[in-house]
Amino acid sequence: MVKKRKSKPTEKLDVSNHILVPKHEKCSETEKKALLKKFNVEIKDLPKISINDAAIVDMNLQPGDVVKITRASPTAGESIFYRVVIEIK
Amino acid sequence: MDNKLFKEYEDLIPAKIIDDVKASLPDKISDSKVKKIMELVYEEYKNSLAEPGESVGLVAAESIGEPSTQMTLNTFHFAGVSEMNVTTGLPRIIEVLDGRAEISTKMMQIYLKSPYSEGKDIKKIAESIKETTLKEYIKETSIDIAESQMMLSLDEDKLSRVGMKPATIIKVLEKAFAKGYSFKPSKENENVLIIKSTSKEDDLNNIYKLKEKLQEIYVNGIKGIKQVLPVRKGEEYIVVTSGSNLKDVFKLEFVNPDKTITNDIFEIEKILGVEAARQAIIDEVAKVIDEQGLNVDLRHIMLVSDIMTTSATVLGVNRYGIVKEKPSVLARASFETPIKHIINASISGETDYLRSVIENVMINQVVPVGTGLPRLTVKVEKKGKKEKSEKE
Repeated sequence: MVKKRKSKPTEKLDVSNHILVPKHEKCSETEKKALLKKFNVEIKDLPKISINDAAIVDMNLQPGDVVKITRASPTAGESIFYRVVIEIK
Repeated sequence: MDNKLFKEYEDLIPAKIIDDVKASLPDKISDSKVKKIMELVYEEYKNSLAEPGESVGLVAAESIGEPSTQMTLNTFHFAGVSEMNVTTGLPRIIEVLDGRAEISTKMMQIYLKSPYSEGKDIKKIAESIKETTLKEYIKETSIDIAESQMMLSLDEDKLSRVGMKPATIIKVLEKAFAKGYSFKPSKENENVLIIKSTSKEDDLNNIYKLKEKLQEIYVNGIKGIKQVLPVRKGEEYIVVTSGSNLKDVFKLEFVNPDKTITNDIFEIEKILGVEAARQAIIDEVAKVIDEQGLNVDLRHIMLVSDIMTTSATVLGVNRYGIVKEKPSVLARASFETPIKHIINASISGETDYLRSVIENVMINQVVPVGTGLPRLTVKVEKKGKKEKSEKE
């Protein structure tokens, strides 16, 4: 009775539409510089996200890239968060 | 109404507040009044922001800690009619904030695609998700000592309910035991399976051992789902389960993978990513606090959740988790196991820059919080005439 999805049984799950997953985008170099300047921080001070994280695994990122996350927030409507991509052993 | 008035505030005030203001303005209002309102709103918004140096973490700790003393220590919540109990109350909050990998009661809410979400075949679907072992399909086992063989009589009703035939059971068995045994339906009744050992030594002994093993053989369903319960939630039907397996449930045809959730934070982190885990922590803690009829501002929970997920994985609020991430030796030592931290720090020659609160309390210095944060620096002009002082 349990039918597996027919298309590709080994296909990777696309989680980007899941209600818990906010929108992840890659920051351009200029955005990245503006961000670091605005908050007066170095790149290592940003919150981190693993390169293998399910939400960004298809985005082809390198360690050191910055991901812009647009969260739906109950208090501010929409809030923007940044995470730097790192490699976890 | 003129949108220009709102435009200049777009970067200053969150969009949600501007929308709220727009919605509550009367139909006829002059631009000058709108301008005045926006000025007041902006003023109010600025006053409500956390000031630099405000110890928000401390406030969050108090705001979550105090109401949790009023929680019932051990409560079980019964979801629906069946005996599906879920850890709630203080034990659940501790579990979530501690970042425990193994939680006590795993639970999933499986949302279904239309038309199943309207209740079509809901029982059949729920049944098919549940992990079943051979035990549930066996009506009777008997051992024939003379022939050294075992007879399994299968439960016809149960098999037909999930659309299986005795032949499928034989296949499952053959897969589970690659060699050593033969499985055949008996001649009189196809619902009775005859199991014989193919090796010649110790026939009977093997058969006895097999009897125990057979019970636990996995037949169908999703591994890890121990109980299922179809529930009506609002307009649609969902399946609440005890036990959790997001990965395999997402692959099912009739499941809506965009709404299906679990209460296992670590599973969410693995399958949906760290941002989803952050949201899940907020939801789980807020749910417990809500159930208990308490009132904690969401911002405190959001702060804790943010801190738990800044390091790319979910860390618990304990000495193995976020406390370990602190850069200061003294701050770490002041929490738990001080001697271990001080010894390790002295071995590796760590430096403490005294930038945070607790180490400054220890050495009796002004703590960098609130008014203790700004320092006075003197900017010496080149020409030596004017001396300016400014806040750092």
